[in-house]
Amino acid sequence: MFRNRLSEYELDLLQGLRQRKKRHLAKAITYVENNFLTSRPFMGELHQCIPPGKSDVIGITGPPGAGKSTLTGKLIQHYRQLGKEVGVILIDPTSPFSGGAILGDRIRMSESFTDTGVFIRSMGSRGRLGGLSAATQDAIKLMDAYGFDVILVETVGIGQAETEIVETADITVVVSVPGLGDDIQIIKAGIMEIGDLFVVNKADKEGAERVVTEINMMLDLAPKGSLRPPVIKTVSTKGTGIDLLAEALHRVKEQSMMSGKWKKNREERLWKELESNVSAQWGKILRESSLYANREMLLQLLSEGKTNAYSEAVSILNELRLPSDYGLKKRSFGMLQKIDHLGIAVKDLAQAVKFYHEVLGLELKGTEVVEEQVVTVAMLQIGESKIELLEPTSEESPIAKTIEKRGEGIAHVAFQVDNIEETLAQLKAGGARLIDETPRIGAGGAKIAFVHPKSTYGVLVELCEKH
Amino acid sequence: MSNPIRVLVAKPGLDGHDRGAKVIARAFRDAGMEVIYTGLRQTPEQIVETAIQEDVDLIGLSILSGAHNHLFPRIMELLKEKEALDIKVIGGGVIPDEDIPFLKEQGILEIFTPGTSTVDCIEFVRQHVQK
Repeated sequence: MFRNRLSEYELDLLQGLRQRKKRHLAKAITYVENNFLTSRPFMGELHQCIPPGKSDVIGITGPPGAGKSTLTGKLIQHYRQLGKEVGVILIDPTSPFSGGAILGDRIRMSESFTDTGVFIRSMGSRGRLGGLSAATQDAIKLMDAYGFDVILVETVGIGQAETEIVETADITVVVSVPGLGDDIQIIKAGIMEIGDLFVVNKADKEGAERVVTEINMMLDLAPKGSLRPPVIKTVSTKGTGIDLLAEALHRVKEQSMMSGKWKKNREERLWKELESNVSAQWGKILRESSLYANREMLLQLLSEGKTNAYSEAVSILNELRLPSDYGLKKRSFGMLQKIDHLGIAVKDLAQAVKFYHEVLGLELKGTEVVEEQVVTVAMLQIGESKIELLEPTSEESPIAKTIEKRGEGIAHVAFQVDNIEETLAQLKAGGARLIDETPRIGAGGAKIAFVHPKSTYGVLVELCEKH
Repeated sequence: MSNPIRVLVAKPGLDGHDRGAKVIARAFRDAGMEVIYTGLRQTPEQIVETAIQEDVDLIGLSILSGAHNHLFPRIMELLKEKEALDIKVIGGGVIPDEDIPFLKEQGILEIFTPGTSTVDCIEFVRQHVQK
């Protein structure tokens, strides 16, 4: 299905993988690590040629210095003695500052460097925070396709919450050591919840027995019926307890398979993989949208408060022809911002001001004569909007005619707009009947224009743009 | 961000002086490279196998034991055997000037002797690794 879309390089990698060439496996891992998105067809084709799922994936996690690498090294030797081939992925943190990394976990397993049944690959976390790297999943797939019996995945040294490994491995081993804190640390949420098996390493150190007891006490509190993870003591530098660990791993696998957990785990993994492929593609679509192309302009508008993150999100979804669940309308520059004021026609301004100011208690912003409209106006603040009281200064005033026809009362609703010319154009395009095709100057020197009540369901609408 | 250069910093031979290797590993890291460090006393076989599995762009060999004339050519020979001569190799440590032409003839790209600035080293790597 993807084959005709593959490059020659990709086809060569595939062929090399089928022939079990280590150089090709190594190059393929680099390739997917460096080209996550563009390598999707390659990974798709890999799935079709060599269906994955044959390797057991064992995750090893725990705090820095717990002895994960040494333990991993010993497990490699154990599986080699059983005649199994072992792939190993070691993840160390990438510097968020330089992008560089020191990948030094290998030091603890140099006995296996030249063993032909072992392949060890170090990876920088490259910005991922969950204990793995973005390409870990793919690297596992590639090793699986190559045909390892067991794949050991060692996470970065973790704190309390890096639990990604549990979504990646068939069995998760949490390595702990004495001296890290009291039993409260152990009952906390996070990594202590993800172990299928617990190892207390450096068990020759003081306090090891207490850590074992505390982990066991925590496990006693688990709901009945769930599989109880074993707790194993090891001294990985000496190899003590490794046989017990291996035996426990075997037992955990059998129980997990019997109970259906193994299968369920793998299904979850497949689903996660699908999700992450979709979201990676989706991320790409987004990065190529106008959102990023207009970054500078949007940043300016956002920081000036002229738009907000929610309406922009809706706007970009609309552009991509996707529904949004914010329920907001698409942003449109120049359209209505808020009600600026309500105009009320009155016969006697002084009396009306007295009522609105003194009785209703609105703050009087000022009065002025607007020659062009043949009115005297008083502005009173009400929240973010205003009440504009209008008294005609002559019989010729349009307000005088309004009063004559309909009596005192609401004369118009005024909306504030960003760009009055643009709004007028939009209204015209929308079929509205404009009284003013071009703006004129109103109270306070604002640019104003009127829209005929025939187009606005009976209310005279004023647009005003203020500076 | 562009793809990081991957470098293997390796110490062949039997001397236990890894300070230089650690300094250069750290400098490469700060220059944004992914540095695989394998620790002391590595055989040429271990170094070449690691370089291949880790798919590094370059191997930096640090040696202070005086066995460079034996170990460096052996590493080049193994790379050739494994058809991995696209991996570049540089060396550093206590290496007499008169040995340098011979090592370069064997395919070692450059030898950095004591006193070299890490900046020059990083610049050299960047120039010789196409990313």
